[in-house]
Amino acid sequence: MPTSKSEVLQGTLDLLVLKTLDSMGPMHGFGIAVRIQQVSEDLLQLNQGTLYPALLRLEQRGWIVSKWGVSENNRKAKYYSLTRAGRKQLEQEAESWDRMSAMINRVLRTS
Amino acid sequence: MRESCRVFIHRLAALFRRRHLEDDLDAELRSHLEMAAELNLRKGMTTEDARREALRGFGGIEQIKEIYRDQRGLPIIETTLQDLRFGFRMLRRSPGFSILAILCLTLGIGANAAVFSWVEGILFRPYPAVTHQERLLALTGTARGESGPTYISWPDFVDLQRSCTLFDALIVTKIMGTTLSVGDRAERTIGSIVSANYFGAIGVHPILGRGFERGEDSGRNAHPVTVISYQLWRGRFKGDPEIVGKAQRLNGVLHTIVGVAPEGFYGTFVGWGMQFWVPASMEENFEGGGYKLEDRGARWIEAYVRLKPGVTREQAQQEISAVAKRLEADYPDTNRGRGIKLWPLWQTPFNNAGTLLPTLEIMLAVVVFVLLIACANVGNLLLVRSFARRHEMTVRLAIGAGRGRLLKQLLTEGLILSALGAAGGLLVAHWCRHALVLLFPARAGVSMHLPGEIDWRVLALSAGVCLIVTLLIGLVPAIQTSKIDLASALKSDSTGAVGGRGRSRLRSGLVLVQVSLSFVLLVGAGLLMQSLQRIRAASPGFSTRGVLFTAVDLVSAGYDAQRAQYFQDELAERMKALPGVESATFARVTPLGYGSYSSTPIAVDGYQPPPEEQPTVEYNEVGPDYFSTMGIALVSGREFARADDERAALVAVVNETMAAQYWRGRNPIGERVQVKGRWMQVVGVAKDSKYQSVRETPKPFFYVPRRQNFSVGAGLYIRTPLRPETIAAALAREVHALDGNLAPYEVITLQEQVDRSTSPQLVAVTLVGVLGGLALLLAAIGLYAVMSYAVSQSTRELGLRMALGAGTSNLLRLVMSRGLTLTAGGVLLGAAAALGLTRLLGNLLYKVSPRDPLAFGWALVVMTVVSLAACFLPAWRATRTDPARALRD
Repeated sequence: MPTSKSEVLQGTLDLLVLKTLDSMGPMHGFGIAVRIQQVSEDLLQLNQGTLYPALLRLEQRGWIVSKWGVSENNRKAKYYSLTRAGRKQLEQEAESWDRMSAMINRVLRTS
Repeated sequence: MRESCRVFIHRLAALFRRRHLEDDLDAELRSHLEMAAELNLRKGMTTEDARREALRGFGGIEQIKEIYRDQRGLPIIETTLQDLRFGFRMLRRSPGFSILAILCLTLGIGANAAVFSWVEGILFRPYPAVTHQERLLALTGTARGESGPTYISWPDFVDLQRSCTLFDALIVTKIMGTTLSVGDRAERTIGSIVSANYFGAIGVHPILGRGFERGEDSGRNAHPVTVISYQLWRGRFKGDPEIVGKAQRLNGVLHTIVGVAPEGFYGTFVGWGMQFWVPASMEENFEGGGYKLEDRGARWIEAYVRLKPGVTREQAQQEISAVAKRLEADYPDTNRGRGIKLWPLWQTPFNNAGTLLPTLEIMLAVVVFVLLIACANVGNLLLVRSFARRHEMTVRLAIGAGRGRLLKQLLTEGLILSALGAAGGLLVAHWCRHALVLLFPARAGVSMHLPGEIDWRVLALSAGVCLIVTLLIGLVPAIQTSKIDLASALKSDSTGAVGGRGRSRLRSGLVLVQVSLSFVLLVGAGLLMQSLQRIRAASPGFSTRGVLFTAVDLVSAGYDAQRAQYFQDELAERMKALPGVESATFARVTPLGYGSYSSTPIAVDGYQPPPEEQPTVEYNEVGPDYFSTMGIALVSGREFARADDERAALVAVVNETMAAQYWRGRNPIGERVQVKGRWMQVVGVAKDSKYQSVRETPKPFFYVPRRQNFSVGAGLYIRTPLRPETIAAALAREVHALDGNLAPYEVITLQEQVDRSTSPQLVAVTLVGVLGGLALLLAAIGLYAVMSYAVSQSTRELGLRMALGAGTSNLLRLVMSRGLTLTAGGVLLGAAAALGLTRLLGNLLYKVSPRDPLAFGWALVVMTVVSLAACFLPAWRATRTDPARALRD
């Protein structure tokens, strides 16, 4: 079982979702998926479906909330938005991500 | 931490909104796919491609849903709920099986719960209204050279109260009876003589008025006050709210009612509910025998102590023994060789806790047997079903169910069965709460009180039993499942043979266990039955036939000694004058009754007691012709006559054991014995008889004439071949003629009196008998089920045998012999177990060896007959096999 790999992926996916909602405001699942694919310039190849367990996970932790609404094309869709706890979490995660990548950069350069 | 807590609550909440959330998920995913397809359309794809591309980008929908669901709820609970639902469905699908299994478990668990509740309500927490009864201990005296407990005296009690530091409280309570007349109704009523601290110490607060006050337990007849029970207040006094302060005549003396005890308080005596309480100062009025509060030699007290928190019984015993030692040194005349002993409540020797203890101990073992038999039965039923469900299990395994998951499901099914059985069992226990009382022979006017108590401890124990049962019955099919070999099992099931081994081994093993366990119970029941017969047949040393016993309560009627003497003499003469009556006489204490004999330190001319011992002997005050009326033979000398009265020389009759112990081969006739300071001349030696219990060993005892040691209370003995009813009518007439206000008690034979005194044995026999019968029935069902199943599984073989010419008798023999082999194996095992186990009956057996061949033989016969019956039906069905059809199918 490739648990470790998917765990890494999970953490990354969580961070991407939080960031997307932070910069774009409330969005539905499909919108988030399209946005992530655009921003990563299709480098991140993920099955859009895997997004939903991630959204549930974030919602269970109280970082995002969901609400049914109507999309731009008049279609019923579930909209997710960041909570205050989620924003704080995003800041923490982003910071630790920065620290981590800075460290890795330093390691890669010095050696 | 807070986060995981929130996640848990979120998931828990999801369990209850599953349908809604499921719809939600569906809608959300549908909207996602539609939006994706729409986007693709706008990119210029065809409708079909747009849809396909959307699905491809999404990934496996069902997979995603599964992951999502696992994460949304709590999978453990969800699968458990699934298992429960499935289990219930399986039970509903075969109602016959389910009802039989639940019935078996109800009986098995119910028997356990009932006995638990009796043990709790009678032995461990007999006084629910009393605070901190877990720290309560019973207190009795001991005497060197005597094995049993003795009473203690009031002065000793006062000294204990003063000297002991480890107790919260020491209380006295002594059961006694009187006739209570309220309005025109007179009834036998039981009450307690208690120390003044009684109600305060046990934390019982009267709902009206007060308890007793300090000092009310001192002074001769100084404080005629009484607290009455709630039932008495409601029943006899019609709940009179002004009752406090009113006067009530008790044993001839007007008492002021000072309080009413709360509902649910029955006093502190296991077996009888107390109706009223009087302080110890009134003792003489109820028990007679002189003023005892200042007499250290007069022992009459039963007592309880409550330990201070954290004090152990051993520590308390040490302290109290030290005090007893000091009393022994200070008062050698009365206390030489005397000690004090503390008993755990459940061993209280002076009430029915002590008499029922051995029976209840045995019952605990017996109900475990019954439970095991019931489990074996249900296990067997489940096993049969698990064969029927082999295919289901195999398929489940084949499509990837883990064996652990299957095991969980089987255990869940077991849990459903045992939980339903436990619920039914608790209901049974609830119904049986008061059943023990029913087993005691009824007595006119007095009701027993022996309630079972179903509290949280009993519930917890029953739940424990339920879990053990679940494991036992759930594991049987689980073992079977774990042996499933996929490859061969998916091929067709093979057909068995009557004598076939392999998978039937487990079932046969279970039947073997059942037969052997019920055999043990049968042997036990047989032993107890025989023992009861021997006890009832044993000669108590007096005639049990042709002698009737009754009493007229002169004490309650307020007779003084002189009037009582006249009345009793006159009544005895009138009875003797009746046709058919040979003799009639009075005696103070009835043999084998609840009353206590007088006891006294004695001195005998020419007998030097060992230095550490003060010989004390019990005696009875009896009228003229007592020995001939009772049928107690005199070895030498004479019995008392009317001439042995106040004016004549003091005389006594001793029994053989006393003669042997204190005169050592010399003839005691004409010798002297000192009783309570008075010298008496021995005029006769009587044969030993039983005084308090049929099972006691011979002990020294003597008799004195009533006239020379008078007290008002006494029983009447009539020697006659007539029936009690005939005498009762004549007696009522004669009593009425002497005093129009009096009526005699019921008239019973002395045999009846003996039977009443052996009721604990009767209770044991009845209980073990009933449960033994139950066990036998369960075992028979088990045997029957195994044999029927074996026959139904081997029709092909039977048909073949018939086709080859086997006759009816051959087939009968084939099937029966298999069943009887099982029985024989079970009996052998059971006999081996019984040889070891029946010793546990120890105390309950009377003159019967635990290895009594008769009991074993009896059990063998019953077991054989029952198993023949259980095997016959399946065997007979085997002979009805149609060979043509059996071979074709």
